[in-house]
Amino acid sequence: MTVTYEPIATESLGTAQASVTFSAIPATYTDLVLVFNGTIGSGVQNMELRFNGDTATNYSETRFFGTGAVGSTDRTSTASQIRVGNIYTTQTVNIIQIMNYANATTFKTVLVRSNNAGNFVSMHGGLWRKSPEAITTVFVRPAGGVNFAVGSTVTLYGIKAE
Amino acid sequence: MAVTYKLIETVTVGSGGAASITFSSIPQTFTDLLVVISGRSTRSSPANNDDIAVRPNGSTTNATSRYLFGTGSTAGSGADTKIYAGYMSAAGATASVFGNSSIYIPNYAGSTNKSFSSDGVSENNATAVGMAIQAGLWSLTDAITSLVLVSNTASNFVEHSSASLYGIKNS
Repeated sequence: MTVTYEPIATESLGTAQASVTFSAIPATYTDLVLVFNGTIGSGVQNMELRFNGDTATNYSETRFFGTGAVGSTDRTSTASQIRVGNIYTTQTVNIIQIMNYANATTFKTVLVRSNNAGNFVSMHGGLWRKSPEAITTVFVRPAGGVNFAVGSTVTLYGIKAE
Repeated sequence: MAVTYKLIETVTVGSGGAASITFSSIPQTFTDLLVVISGRSTRSSPANNDDIAVRPNGSTTNATSRYLFGTGSTAGSGADTKIYAGYMSAAGATASVFGNSSIYIPNYAGSTNKSFSSDGVSENNATAVGMAIQAGLWSLTDAITSLVLVSNTASNFVEHSSASLYGIKNS
């Protein structure tokens, strides 16, 4: 049987760390899915996504979100990362789909679902506008210089359209 | 090579409908679970759609949620002490229309509290549709061995409603 949804790599954090990077991503899939399940040590932060080590202002993103009291929408333009959900000290699940990541002819788009049942739920659409290149590295971190907490897991899956 | 995205079970509601859809004896050999639902409810008032609630291990306690919804004319956000699993169409929707929903449950067999990410829509080519994204948390560390899907209004799933449970492995 052809495997069309395959784990590429998993990070299960035994110590708190500031970021997780998946590098040398094979170009043999159609799409990628990154699943974060975890927490941070204190407060609330955005989770941020970058590709191929690009820290320039090549990213933008629109989201709509609910707090339990208010539903709203906002966006970022000319940013140096894509916001891919909030992270709290309580269990947070952020699921990021990265479409058509391996081509060198189009900008790359992402869809995000972020979940924290006590605080926040959101959906995001993101764009990376660097001169088109295949995504070979995916980097995520909490904003504000805080760490992913011990016990957090981040898994990158590859999906084949066959 | 191991199959890492595997159908565990599909339940299709038969003649006469059903008050719930249950997946029991869920194998503990995967990392995450995904449930995909095609559903329609007997709810008659309001009759356009119905919320689906999910009960891990049949539990109706220790649950919280946040959700964001749109109806085509209004949008809003709320919180509850249930875990929602999207929308299904209801008795007043166009005949043969079924809502679509999915639930992602990471680390369902682990020893941490269990999180749920759900999306749902009950499109009807008319006003008063429903769509929502929902975050859920079951604040117990028990492994999930069963999932029970119910109508939030104690209505029934109609015949031909279906739900498929998939297991996903991260290695």
